[in-house]
Amino acid sequence: MASSDTAPAAGQRARGLAPFLRSQMRNIAPFLTLIFLSGFFALASPSFATLDNLGNILTQVSVTGVIAVGLTFVILCAEIDLSIASIANVTGIAVAYFTLQESYVNIPNIPLPGIAAILLAILLCAALGLVNALGLTMIGIPSFIMTLAMMQIAAGISALLVRGQIAYKVPDIITTLGSGSIGGIPWIVIVAAIMLLLGHLVLTYTRFGRYVYMVGGNREAAEYSGLNVKLILGAVMVISAVCSGIGGMLGVAHFGSAQQNEFDTYLLDSIAAVVVGGTSLFGGRGGIGNTIVGLFVLGVLNNGLDHVNIDSFLKILIRGLILLAALVINVYAQRLREKAVE
Amino acid sequence: MREDRSPILELQGITKSFGGVEALRGVDFALHASEIHGLVGENGAGKSTLMKIIAGVHTEFSGRFLIDGQETHFRSARDAHAAGIAMVHQELSVAPDLTVAENVFLGNQPTNRLGLVQWRRMAREAGDQLARFGIDVDPMSRLGDLPIGLQQLIEIARVLFSGARIVILDEPTSALSPPEVERLFATLRRLREQGTAIVFISHFIEDILRVSDTVTVFRNGRKVAETASAVTSKGALIEAMIGRGGEALEHSYSDDLMLPQPSGSPVILKVDQLSLARSLKDISFEARAGEVLGIYGFMGCGQQELSRILFGKLKPDGGTLVVDGKPKTFASTAAARRAGVALVPESRRDMLFHQEPVYKNISISILDRISTLLLKPAQERDIAKHQVEQLQIRPPVVGLDLGMLSGGNQQKVALAKWLTYPPKLLVLCEPTRGIDVGAKNDVINIVRDLRARGLAIIVLSTEPETVLSLADRILVLKRGALVREFKNEPVSKDRLLEAA
Repeated sequence: MASSDTAPAAGQRARGLAPFLRSQMRNIAPFLTLIFLSGFFALASPSFATLDNLGNILTQVSVTGVIAVGLTFVILCAEIDLSIASIANVTGIAVAYFTLQESYVNIPNIPLPGIAAILLAILLCAALGLVNALGLTMIGIPSFIMTLAMMQIAAGISALLVRGQIAYKVPDIITTLGSGSIGGIPWIVIVAAIMLLLGHLVLTYTRFGRYVYMVGGNREAAEYSGLNVKLILGAVMVISAVCSGIGGMLGVAHFGSAQQNEFDTYLLDSIAAVVVGGTSLFGGRGGIGNTIVGLFVLGVLNNGLDHVNIDSFLKILIRGLILLAALVINVYAQRLREKAVE
Repeated sequence: MREDRSPILELQGITKSFGGVEALRGVDFALHASEIHGLVGENGAGKSTLMKIIAGVHTEFSGRFLIDGQETHFRSARDAHAAGIAMVHQELSVAPDLTVAENVFLGNQPTNRLGLVQWRRMAREAGDQLARFGIDVDPMSRLGDLPIGLQQLIEIARVLFSGARIVILDEPTSALSPPEVERLFATLRRLREQGTAIVFISHFIEDILRVSDTVTVFRNGRKVAETASAVTSKGALIEAMIGRGGEALEHSYSDDLMLPQPSGSPVILKVDQLSLARSLKDISFEARAGEVLGIYGFMGCGQQELSRILFGKLKPDGGTLVVDGKPKTFASTAAARRAGVALVPESRRDMLFHQEPVYKNISISILDRISTLLLKPAQERDIAKHQVEQLQIRPPVVGLDLGMLSGGNQQKVALAKWLTYPPKLLVLCEPTRGIDVGAKNDVINIVRDLRARGLAIIVLSTEPETVLSLADRILVLKRGALVREFKNEPVSKDRLLEAA
């Protein structure tokens, strides 16, 4: 009797396993990639798998991590933000612009108390995010184009503020968070971890987070459920800009200087981190957990390539190919998931 | 009078099934040169299927297919086109971003020896063609900027003047104004004199009777009547379409049904002089608490637009909405929801999240009622479990992805999302379309139960059975205008069809 009861259940589970794995492909594939890359570099170079180097990797991905938090929200809504690196740059420059520089820095800036400089910088990136939001929701410009314009606008503001010069000083607290450390752990890693945790909590446990997933999953259905879709889309654009701004301020402190085009590589890195991690480009699937895995994949790849003897010009190509592979998996995973549900 | 001439198109014993369901059963059909042949039948009776076989869209079927007495088998729509058969589908298939002239010559623009398009010649010839059709429009204007009716006329003109010997028109008049219909009919008659054979499918029986020589009636995949238009009437055709006794699976609603005395309960929705471009004209009506208001009309009569306006998805050009005594202009669907309006659209794909579990689908519209900042998943699941029990959703597992459920159960989920905190006004579009009989009955019972709880409910449908089985009062919408109200009087399927 007991066996006849359990037999169908077991059968069901056996039948359910393959579809389950298929539906979880987007979470499994990035993780396998990470394990594979880590294993490969550990075998290829004795200096890779050390505690010191783990610290290096964490520090190297921190600024990308902070920017990627906001971008995860945007991509979950099936939108894109191409202005993240430019906004990071202009916010970093702005916070330096409002700080008293050494006399040899030839920028006609406006020194303010540290806290005011930070507030103004945050206000600036939030305002730029709001412009993105209004363009997307009120005028109806696709986010791809809207943020492309914003990328140029933010770069333009940066250029006007520094006029080809380099600023060095930022408020003390930013300097500490960007380049200091506590108990051997860099503050920038702690800040990135807190931001990622915060992003995860918002996405998983708040009403707003649920709305983000639902709008990304089926925008039409979200509207027919009486959600204010425009408000949610606008909010994610502002969140993305503010995260970029925070990343930019930390980055400026971390690099020790604020100048034009300092963050250019962060656009591709941030998008790559989110997408490699498995967050769906079609929206509604993925999350901060995926972004963290993506950050590690990217960090291990960038760092590991430095540890093995490889043509440094080839590195760029390899990164491109890895990104392409991740995109293929991303789109493929979406299709598998849809099949599993049907 | 035409029996002595052999038909240019003849179909014998055509049977066609889709996944085991027979859409056509042994249908014979003949079409002669210089004939306008009207086709009538309810949705799903088989007329469109037959026309798609003739136009080479469906290529798998059994039966004989003869053109000019020669047995033929089309492998594609291109073959049908080559044989001189052209079809205008019900949905517009124009390129709105191209010019009128480009649309008229779509696919065969006049070119010079170098392969370059001769714009001037194309514009002139397109203008001439349209002028013969009585359309006066600049051939170089963008098609999408013209009114929908004109776009449709241009598409019809393109097909009519393509040189086809057999032209099939599927619901050509639904988006046209009366003068445009006149122009179309004049052109059809002219083409008939030139020898073209025309098949004219329409829900508008008056139109069929006015323009066609012969009428064929379909019911449940069978041809049930063929008669000369001159000797039949609207009533006789409707009777043939819906049949008396036996044929239908369910209650046929062919007999009179008595609508109740209108209730004196409070007015929840008052619509006044609502209009929207060419879709809706001066719509005014009221919906009361504890009453189901049915709105019946053919496809494309403006029902969809009306439901979207009530839920804040579309903005009307004119007119006012008063919900529960307060004038409203909804800026978004969120505003409509807060005002106590709920909508279940005809497409479940549009309102449900197929890759999310059932409980998230049910809770999405009430999240702001149960949580401020943080989600309460346990409470969400409890609410969903309660609804799943109440509405007998199968399987009763709230964690299952919605896509795993059958159509009927998905429809119940679509209803369930509005029921925990019932709205004041519930608008349902095609609530029983595409679901099985059991689920249909369940949905009908749910709606009746909601009425008993005092909701004002509006049911919009193109299926008379749906409206008749639910409504206390019925409005008939025809080409964007309300043409008839049934209340406190007997009503039946033929009376509804007669009015529409």
